[in-house]
Amino acid sequence: MFRHLFKLFTLFSSLLPAFMMLSSCAGQAPEQASPGSEGAPTPQVLKVAFLYVGPVGDAGWSWAYDQARKDLEQQFPWVETTYLESVPEGAGAERVLTQLAEKGYDLVFATSFGYMDPVIQVAERYPGVTFMHCSGYKRAANVGTYFGRMYQAKYLAGFIAGSMSETGKLGYVAPHPIPEVIRHINAFNLGARAANPLATVNVVWTNSWFDPGKEKEAALALLDAGADIIATGADSAAPLQAAQGRGALAMGYDSDGRQFAPQAFLTAPVWDWSVIYREVVQQVRNGTWKSSDSWTGMESGLVKLAPLSDLVPPELQEAVAQKQEAIVSGELKVFAGPWSWQDGSPAFAQGELPTDQQLLAMNTFAQGVVGAVPR
Amino acid sequence: MDALNAAEVMAAAAVASGTPILLAGLGELVAERAGVLNLGVEGMMLVGALAGFAGAHLGGNVWVGLTCAALAAGLFALLHALPVVLFRVDQVVSGLAMVILGTGIASGLGRGFVGQVAPSFSRLPVPWLSELPFLGPVFFRQDMLVYFSLLLLLLVSLFLGRSRPGLELQVCGENPALADSAGLRVGLFRVLATLWGGVMAGLAGAYLSLADTPSWVDGMTAGRGWIAIAMVIFSGWTPWRLALGAWLFGGMVAVQFHIQALGFDANVYILKMLPYVCTLLVLLLASRGPWSRFMGAPAALGRPYAREERD
Repeated sequence: MFRHLFKLFTLFSSLLPAFMMLSSCAGQAPEQASPGSEGAPTPQVLKVAFLYVGPVGDAGWSWAYDQARKDLEQQFPWVETTYLESVPEGAGAERVLTQLAEKGYDLVFATSFGYMDPVIQVAERYPGVTFMHCSGYKRAANVGTYFGRMYQAKYLAGFIAGSMSETGKLGYVAPHPIPEVIRHINAFNLGARAANPLATVNVVWTNSWFDPGKEKEAALALLDAGADIIATGADSAAPLQAAQGRGALAMGYDSDGRQFAPQAFLTAPVWDWSVIYREVVQQVRNGTWKSSDSWTGMESGLVKLAPLSDLVPPELQEAVAQKQEAIVSGELKVFAGPWSWQDGSPAFAQGELPTDQQLLAMNTFAQGVVGAVPR
Repeated sequence: MDALNAAEVMAAAAVASGTPILLAGLGELVAERAGVLNLGVEGMMLVGALAGFAGAHLGGNVWVGLTCAALAAGLFALLHALPVVLFRVDQVVSGLAMVILGTGIASGLGRGFVGQVAPSFSRLPVPWLSELPFLGPVFFRQDMLVYFSLLLLLLVSLFLGRSRPGLELQVCGENPALADSAGLRVGLFRVLATLWGGVMAGLAGAYLSLADTPSWVDGMTAGRGWIAIAMVIFSGWTPWRLALGAWLFGGMVAVQFHIQALGFDANVYILKMLPYVCTLLVLLLASRGPWSRFMGAPAALGRPYAREERD
């Protein structure tokens, strides 16, 4: 994921890559001094390292991850963690990963898609180190992958928006046109249409994971176009603030942002990475860890809906709770047919279910979504 | 939404989102006219954004925040001004160091403020003026900082064009040896101009963290400091063209999302280029017409001055 999309418009653009490398090095802040340099590490302690693609102060993706890291330290006294933030994806990550392996870390979580190839390469050279890579598809004996079925929470969010919207027009601030984001928008749309078959989801792309200013402009544009509820797939709380400024309603993403816009906030689909962390550190410690691909949803608690605000009427809260139960029990499948693609061609027939492979490759909008996927 | 209404909405959005660029640009413009190139605007904006947010959060008042932003970014700018003027450190190197340092300081000290809330500037329509057709909704139904930027635009323009110290400052940027022989204190002018640049970058940052998207998040300037520097260059170092460029840029940023939201099937990547392309085109055209009174860079821009060295 290209979380480092800085716009550049200066004579000095050629200097910027160098500058960004420097600033990311300056931003590396190991929580504790590495004890690896002072003799052999004690076998009881499990040393875990985390690689973040953004700053932990982004209040979104990397922030949610870091909350889980802190939880891990509290939960297990035998776990010792460090983190490196704003690590560039690609070759730079390989150097950082090698350093961590050399310093004697037992387990490394690489939390962005772009770390995939570096992880595979470094893992080959350090078979004694366990690597967990988020959202990738390449695995090895000591490399496992994990991600979450966030689309389940997005479906519920869509259901709430579809039920509460007066205009039937919902706005969605979308970051990058990749399958993950498109899948989430489609799930949101299917949820909205489950409540109101005529609901539409207007999409505006910001082409950035994190740019509060742009996300705000995008949300305002959607409100100007008639949307009365705003949802977002990007990282900041700016869309919430934009909605509140216009007296509209909104939903956050990644982490609970209700304090930013208490008069607009309905809920937010959020990640709780500690679910995966707790499981994996225990497995690695007990020696039971095996390379696999983990893609769990609301049933594991990895994906959640932040507590609904009082703006959501009690009857609707009840209905959402029932839907959530049905999703957890496996009774309700978000992408089960029948539904159609944006151009009207049938996507899946009655009772038909997309495979995980189809979900992971989804790159077309569903019917009801207004907007185009940039090619 | 009829056409006039739509134009009003767009122009109002343009002014709001162009304001941080205008504020930072007005600072950079004065510093450059005095001969000091300050590439550290992005870092100074981040310092200002954090200090402003922290001040408002802890002090419970936006004005405390604004003061903190101006002070912090101003002091930070002295870190650039003093070495550059007194020790003739390379301005490009020092400026880039400011960006890295400012980004790091704001990121490190800002940890505790992520996810917090603080008082913020809200819209405050100006009585009477806000009722003007078109101009009212565009300029006078905004927040205090937007009005402040309009006032500063006027003041900077008068200062440079009409006042004696303003002319003296420009001599320092055009021909420091001449200024020196006329008895002007070139070093002092340059330090003060850079300090001003820092204060303005601080206000621009505070606009982001206290008015535009009230919160503190790491890297929230997202490159606007660089845009401000570029805008100063493309405006030919004139305040009014700078304002035009900043608002046009802001407007194009807003327009690209409106085009999408209205369901037009436009190429998002081309839309994304719109702000840059349009701003560049308009400013290039503006530099050819009767407006082109002054287009060149200050002759001594980026060059340290030392009395004993003669060109």
